[in-house]
Amino acid sequence: MIPELGHFALILAFAVAIVQGTLPLIGASRGDARLMALGRTAALTQAFLILLSFGALVQCYVVSDFSVANVVANSHSAKPLLYKITGTWGNHEGSMMLWTLILALFGASVAIFGANLPDTLRSRVLSVQALIGVGFLAFILFTSNPFLRLSPAPLDGNGLNPVLQDPGLAFHPPMLYLGYVGFSVTYSFAIAALLEGRVDVAWARWVRPWTLAAWCFLTLGIALGSWWSYYILGWGGFWFWDPVENASLMPWLAGTALLHSAVVVEKRDALKSWTVLLAILAFSLSLLGTFLVRSGVLTSVHAFAQDPARGMFILAFLIVVTGGGLALYAWRAPKLQHAHGPWGLFQPVSREGALILNNLLLCTLAVTVLLGTLYPLFLDLVSGAKVSVGPPFFNATFVPICAPLFAALCVGPFLSWKRAELGPALARLRAVFFAAVMAAVVAAVAIDGRATLAAVAFGFGVWLILGSATEFVGRARRGRLRTMPRSTIGMTISHAALGVVVLGSVATAAWNTELIHTMKLGESAPFGDYTATLVKVEPLQGPNYTAERATIVLSLDGKPYTTLTPERRLFTVQRRQVSETSIQTNLLRDLYATLGEGDLQGGWVVRLYNNPLAPWIWLGAALCALGGFVSLSDRRLRIGAPKRSRVAAQPAE
Amino acid sequence: MLVLACVAFPAFAVEPSEMLKDPALEMRARTLSRELRCVVCQNQSIDDSAAEVAHDMRIAVRERLTAGDSDKAVMGYMVARYGDYVLLEPPFKPRTLVLWLGAPLVLVVAGLLLFFAARRRPVVPAAPPPLSDTEKERLQSLLKR
Amino acid sequence: MNNRVLYLLPLLTLAVMAGFFGWSLLSGRDPASIGSVMVNRQAPRLAAPALREGEPALTSDLLKTGKPVLVNFFASWCTPCLAEHPLMMRLRQREGVTIVGIAWKNKPEEARAWLKKLGDPFTYAGTDYDGMLSLDWGLSGVPETYLIDAAGIVRLHYHAPITEKDLNDTILPLLRAGK
Repeated sequence: MIPELGHFALILAFAVAIVQGTLPLIGASRGDARLMALGRTAALTQAFLILLSFGALVQCYVVSDFSVANVVANSHSAKPLLYKITGTWGNHEGSMMLWTLILALFGASVAIFGANLPDTLRSRVLSVQALIGVGFLAFILFTSNPFLRLSPAPLDGNGLNPVLQDPGLAFHPPMLYLGYVGFSVTYSFAIAALLEGRVDVAWARWVRPWTLAAWCFLTLGIALGSWWSYYILGWGGFWFWDPVENASLMPWLAGTALLHSAVVVEKRDALKSWTVLLAILAFSLSLLGTFLVRSGVLTSVHAFAQDPARGMFILAFLIVVTGGGLALYAWRAPKLQHAHGPWGLFQPVSREGALILNNLLLCTLAVTVLLGTLYPLFLDLVSGAKVSVGPPFFNATFVPICAPLFAALCVGPFLSWKRAELGPALARLRAVFFAAVMAAVVAAVAIDGRATLAAVAFGFGVWLILGSATEFVGRARRGRLRTMPRSTIGMTISHAALGVVVLGSVATAAWNTELIHTMKLGESAPFGDYTATLVKVEPLQGPNYTAERATIVLSLDGKPYTTLTPERRLFTVQRRQVSETSIQTNLLRDLYATLGEGDLQGGWVVRLYNNPLAPWIWLGAALCALGGFVSLSDRRLRIGAPKRSRVAAQPAE
Repeated sequence: MLVLACVAFPAFAVEPSEMLKDPALEMRARTLSRELRCVVCQNQSIDDSAAEVAHDMRIAVRERLTAGDSDKAVMGYMVARYGDYVLLEPPFKPRTLVLWLGAPLVLVVAGLLLFFAARRRPVVPAAPPPLSDTEKERLQSLLKR
Repeated sequence: MNNRVLYLLPLLTLAVMAGFFGWSLLSGRDPASIGSVMVNRQAPRLAAPALREGEPALTSDLLKTGKPVLVNFFASWCTPCLAEHPLMMRLRQREGVTIVGIAWKNKPEEARAWLKKLGDPFTYAGTDYDGMLSLDWGLSGVPETYLIDAAGIVRLHYHAPITEKDLNDTILPLLRAGK
């Protein structure tokens, strides 16, 4: 009964989405207030129905209803409750449900929080949002129905991939989707603006909080995914330039560029058509990611549900959404009113000049990732030649473009709008510059003389943190702390946080120490300053797995320092082994241990890592998102969003 | 199936028994291993991979190094057997030109466009286009009237 | 500079990319395929201890007999090898093809038991327990099959179990042409 209810609610939601996607749009072009008002009601109804449907699916998982094919394929009665719930979105159908749910919830949020938007803009945004929803609902209903029944129902399910039974990965998809899908609102705003033929300061203000929210969630989602690979894959790597990772990085880069270019629209009423383009691209790149992960055109460690038929559907959808958006852009954007040409009039040395440089570099980074991800596919199709594009390529191409970006990042906030002087800004950063150089030299001399590039990158990290702090302190000294807008505080936090991420990733990647050793029980081995002793290996019974757990004692100067307990888990249902790492952190470094195979002579393969500053990677990413949230709480965004001026309020058409 | 083999037993990658006694040589082996792709995995280096063939490739790298091969020769040895596919950093060749130069090209072209846009001063609106023949005729007829 | 074209650029880029994606989906391309550099090159060295007791070790001379040879890497623990085994038997028995079989990462006694149970299609059988010979052949796993022509040049390299279709459409015509 419950699954049918869920299915029925989903079909109803589909019908409502069709209504929401058409009538308010017609209403907006005709000025029909009743049709436009329909948008809000429909958005709320649609969200409620999808919530109901999603709830029904979760219920099927919680009670382990094995008459539902999707539950059989991805769940098992012996699974802990948490993973029964999170298993709902651990598969293709369920994750599409989650995606659609978030899409509808964002639509409902626009309906609720968008009270200050002009009626035409709001109804157009809601309609576009609903049209995207129609596509996804059709995709679920026609190709990926999660409520399909099985008869006769098997006694138990096949279980969830053990690698996915993990808190980090359980909450990684919702965060990531909140980011991906959040950009749909930005997209809808862009399309609505193109339909209206108007992009102005007010539009930039309205679109900014949505972009920020999506960006924050995406940041957190990417960080969670990276954290997960760090501790689950068992060798301490945290970023692999895998197609799936790249797929999430591209919208992040576009979104970051958008956040910055929207400021230019807001403050200087320039760069409009570029900002609209970025708004379309951020969401298009999110869709591209979905396509790459699910269509099977690329292989990846993480890809799932690869099915050419579904691939075709998503491709068609991608073409309609992105192609439609870009065609509208090509048609309407040239007609947008620009005071001084499409690029505006700007001085190279000015705040807007710096922000344009930021956009240029961020977009180059996005192109680098895009080319690196897709080139093997293109080359194979055109010539049949096979190439691989892996971490060394990105280290050689992506990282060098980060250097000017980071260098300029600290200078930009010192520059004033319209026209600025570079000299005074640099003068105020002189101390920071010397500190950064010192840090790089110390890193090169004291830690590792061979890793010159790592030392330089380390200096950049220090530069980012101190540079952002200096700018902030300068503002505070001038007595503006009390009145400083939250968005400025948020900017400082996020910029400095980027430095924290840089320090963490450079230190971990370049200066980690490892010990790979076969140890017998009671045997000791030197590990850096520590001595590692394998004390015991004991069997363990988990809820749906059996395990061997090693106890490794690390001692420092003869005194026990800490104990690590890595495990090897054998998941009984899937007959798969998963390594459970043991990490001891003091926020300055991680001590990281994994347990390998035992051999016939009673030895165990033990891998130990000391990863300096590793926690800073995720700490930094969380801070980065926090900066976004602080900026989001800026009261100007909530209540101060300006009404469009009377004169400008005439319909554009 | 093969794919699972790469990640299912993570602790398998680089086993103690494979490692060389000479730390300098072992260090070189690890560095090279990180740049060679495991041929049955998806975007994993042989250093990270638990697949059988990755294990063999790690052994082969170490054998070549012990035999006195240079780093370049070791990579050449692998390319001769598995092609450019085995290199995680694609070689700079005509067929990878777009890959290597695409993004820098975008940067340079967009940078130049922006540079000229920034130098451009507000221009006096251009003179209206000359009248077409039909327009001239109409003008004539209007003037005559 | 024509601004119109600039505004069309994103759409054109999308069109190109979508074209590639569509092509990729329709072409039936296997994204996991790694290609082979062996094809059209001199066959790699062959040096392996014999699998069957009492036979001489395998050498490169076996590939230079003036007749085409099929080289097949297999293992008793490999399920796909089971699938292609009947085709190997057919090639040997009905077509009289010379097949060199090499057991990869397989204990010789297990490989022998496997062949005894299912039938032995191999003219010559060798073993490569540590996988070092296979590396020279650019092997990535089992089963893999190479067709070496009369001149000792590799003509085909399959990274997967061979199928009925491969046999009829590609392998047999090449073998017959070689004779």
